[in-house]
Amino acid sequence: MRQIRNFSIIAHIDHGKSTLADRLIQYTGVVKDRQFRDQILDNMDIERERGITIKSQTVVLPYKSRSGEIFELNLIDTPGHADFSYEVSRALASCEGVLLLIDASQGVQAQTIANLYAAMEHDLAIIPVINKIDLPSADIDSAREQIENDLGLDSDNAVLCSAKEGIGIEEVLEAIVTRVPPPTGDIEKPLSALIFDAHYDPFRGAIASCRIFDGKFGPGDIIRFMSSGAAYKVEEVGFFRLFRDPQKVLSAGSVGYVIAGIKTVSDIRIGDTMTLDSNPVSTPQPGFKDVKPVVFSSIYPISSDDYPALVDALEKYKLNDAALVYQKDSSIALGQGFRCGFLGLLHLDIVQERLEREFDQSIIMTAPSVQYQFTLNDGTDLTVENPQYYPDPVDIQQSREPYIKAVIILPERYMGVVMKLCLERRGSNPRVVYPTPGRVETTFDMPLAEVVFDFYDRLKTVTQGYGSFDYEITEYRVSDLVKLDILVNGERVDALSLIVHRERARDWGVQVCDRLKEEIPRHNFKIAIQGAIGGKIISRSTISPFRKDVIAKCYGGDISRKRKLLEKQKKGKKRMKMVGSVMIPQSAFVSVLKTKDE
Amino acid sequence: MNSQEIPGLYIHTPFCRSKCFYCDFYSVASRAEIPAWLEAVRAEMKLYKEEFPAFDSLYLGGGTPSVLEERDLAALLESILQNFAFGADPEMTMEANPESLSPEKLKTLRDFGLNRISLGVQSLEDSDLKYLGRAHSAGQALRAFEACRSAGFSNVSVDLIYGLETQSLKSWKKTLDTILELRPEHISCYQLTFEKGTALWKKKEAGRVRSIGEKMEAAFFLWTSRYLQRRGYCHYEVSNFAAGREFLCRHNRKYWRHVPYLGLGPSAHSLAVVPQPRRWWNVKSVREYCRLLGEGKAPVAGWEFLSREQFDLETFDLALRTDEGLDMAALKDYPQSQRVLAQWQKSGLVRLSEGRVRPTRRGFLVADSLAVMLAG
Ligand SMILES: Nc1nc2c(ncn2[C@@H]2O[C@H](COP(=O)(O)OP(=O)(O)O)[C@@H](O)[C@H]2O)c(=O)[nH]1
Ligand code: SF4
Ligand SMILES: [Mg+2]
Repeated sequence: MRQIRNFSIIAHIDHGKSTLADRLIQYTGVVKDRQFRDQILDNMDIERERGITIKSQTVVLPYKSRSGEIFELNLIDTPGHADFSYEVSRALASCEGVLLLIDASQGVQAQTIANLYAAMEHDLAIIPVINKIDLPSADIDSAREQIENDLGLDSDNAVLCSAKEGIGIEEVLEAIVTRVPPPTGDIEKPLSALIFDAHYDPFRGAIASCRIFDGKFGPGDIIRFMSSGAAYKVEEVGFFRLFRDPQKVLSAGSVGYVIAGIKTVSDIRIGDTMTLDSNPVSTPQPGFKDVKPVVFSSIYPISSDDYPALVDALEKYKLNDAALVYQKDSSIALGQGFRCGFLGLLHLDIVQERLEREFDQSIIMTAPSVQYQFTLNDGTDLTVENPQYYPDPVDIQQSREPYIKAVIILPERYMGVVMKLCLERRGSNPRVVYPTPGRVETTFDMPLAEVVFDFYDRLKTVTQGYGSFDYEITEYRVSDLVKLDILVNGERVDALSLIVHRERARDWGVQVCDRLKEEIPRHNFKIAIQGAIGGKIISRSTISPFRKDVIAKCYGGDISRKRKLLEKQKKGKKRMKMVGSVMIPQSAFVSVLKTKDE
Repeated sequence: MNSQEIPGLYIHTPFCRSKCFYCDFYSVASRAEIPAWLEAVRAEMKLYKEEFPAFDSLYLGGGTPSVLEERDLAALLESILQNFAFGADPEMTMEANPESLSPEKLKTLRDFGLNRISLGVQSLEDSDLKYLGRAHSAGQALRAFEACRSAGFSNVSVDLIYGLETQSLKSWKKTLDTILELRPEHISCYQLTFEKGTALWKKKEAGRVRSIGEKMEAAFFLWTSRYLQRRGYCHYEVSNFAAGREFLCRHNRKYWRHVPYLGLGPSAHSLAVVPQPRRWWNVKSVREYCRLLGEGKAPVAGWEFLSREQFDLETFDLALRTDEGLDMAALKDYPQSQRVLAQWQKSGLVRLSEGRVRPTRRGFLVADSLAVMLAG
């Protein structure tokens, strides 16, 4: 087998994963060919300019080691966010080792630990890398101590580097070739290839990224996806270099891509195993599961005329994002739209931003909700992730909501404020450990609903940026839920309704009324905003009218100038939704749940 | 669209004694170019005499037309009457400022048939006049008014400005009371605005002057409207009051109802309504204006066709600034307007009757937002 190493970089957000990846590409590119480097960087610059998250890019780094051997290093990039933890786990399953990156000034954070556990589950070689050593605030000794105590790794082996300054890059590469084991696998066995990513190409359709564990295959072969049973004829296989680099064959140990006339990425299940139709393997690679959305929100066009364009945009978007699910939805206030399911809040943000930026849609997203379970008196079980379908309260026998295990790492001095925040958010069963002096790792059981909105923002605020957070969904628990309705100018706005815990209803009611008061511009008449449960008003606020807006002067025949001012206002209004006779800005629907910074 | 009605003629005299601090009309504080301008305006008349043969209103505005000497005034009016016809009973107005109006000029105007003077008084408090950068005193203004009456003008309008930080409701009332004793046929009360680029705007940016704020502005407006109505004036447009409906300003109402008008002189705007509404405007420079006309070219700086949408938006805004209000038939393509109208009626901003939407006094104050919301 050729000299291959398959590895990933894992890190807490902002610890320097992307920067290090760039640096590795640049460094190895220089060794091989000057032009190669320039093109890679150009290529990525364009992507950055377009604001695309370079998600799960895989790239082959040619590297000549100090000992003079030639290696092909497959860098399998992983999405750096808890929302995509399943994709991370599939990427890790395709590697033999990881670089565990730690910011020398921040130390070990919540996702560092979560990522470490994931790497351990896959029994990977783990190379701790202390990054940002160029920073004046870098504390290498403390980072080492945390590697020993928090992570239980041998800190003597940690590689020191500055991705930004290009220090220690060769040491990182040497560590990869010496400490990550080569892939094993038998080229003679039946094909077993793990799909860890998929993306969409407008000319070639869906393209799967895969790691070959055993066997080999190439163009003309018929492959079968083991979970769905679907079979495709392979058109092209190859490696990711600058561009796709077609090969005659992909064989055990390598990482590459497959093009096989697959229409959309939704036809490719990440974590699925590919095998040969003619000579199938008996068991698939372990760990496959169907990812289910956990956060739901509705999308509406601001102007109902734009509904067909939104349908089109979602279809196109979906070609490239299998994780997004959606179905038709309608609201009295907002008209025709879609109820969408997301992997988490970041995923929701990405979808929103891309629909607006790449597909030029003006959309309204409603406040995110989690999926609730209800058992009715007649024994029916109901799953509701849209407050509009909250059942009649008299029929409800029991209601349940999803819970998470939340892990927060923070300097000890913030323990008080974080404890308070978590308890406010219905956190319970706090467990606290002190892995290293001055640092606390604390774990809470919390309702998912309490973190999907703005928990992370709040945590960052109260800990001045030092707190980090990671979570996993654990179970459904019985919970006393009610539906909070919002009335604007006396009219119930269905798209603003929320399902909330009874004890938190008043707080939410007050918050939503206060937020809307800030979000909705003053009108030329008074607007009352009320929160209600059933028919009972539990909170209210009032937006006082503006008294005057005329530019009193309008003499002479220059009416055009005045009209232009009005046209500008009219355009501003287009960013708002008329609900009854009130204009509600697009942003108001989501922001109602964001608490204000004190 | 009012293609049936007879158009109005406007002539812009871009000269002033000095530049008032708040003013963003096009005018220069030198009289050197008056002869060239006069020649050019006369040339411009020729360009349009076929297209606009007849008017029933004339408005000499500015700038300050009263800075023109009698012989220039006479020459200007002579050309106007030579080139255009003005039916049986035209309204013929000239704007005048106290510092440059004289009995002799007034007589010349009367001789040519002018029948209305719009006098720039602004305030009768000298501290206000100083704040505004006006070139006259309160005393001069009162004397100028009397001169108009003596010359036989039985239709005089007075321009006033309110909402200055140097002003209190009490001092404003004093100005109004003195004016009311003169019983002018028409009063325009303009709210002070800080137009970008003006001296007053610059002072505001520098923090040396400030606006009195939305609340006080609204209070001044409402009080003024009520006070003048009690004194027998009808509040027929946001800024305009008339001592009887026969004294509504015929010429200005053309602007507000899309009746065609021809504007001559630098920076003047014109509107034609057939075959499609079109507005055009002249260059904002006397020199450029004279040069173009010298070459036999129209001194037009730009023009636009009004789309249906634009026309409607203007109609809504202009109509809702007048007491006649808006014909609801104009809203038939704006179905969403019905709910908004109901809301405004409830909130006391408009009255709906006889198929019209009429703004209330408070509605006048928010006419712009009314128009924008109606237009969807
Ligand atoms: N000073 C310093 N800054 C770095 C270094 N590596 C990354 N950064 C900065 O840290 C921030 C986050 O880096 P990025 O690579 O996007 O982190 P990621 O979220 O882990 O991908 C960026 O502003 C980088 O410029 C380093 O070695 N030294
Ligand atoms: S007199 Fe009239 S046109 Fe001249 S500067 Fe003053 S306000 Fe402006
Ligand atoms: Mg990154």
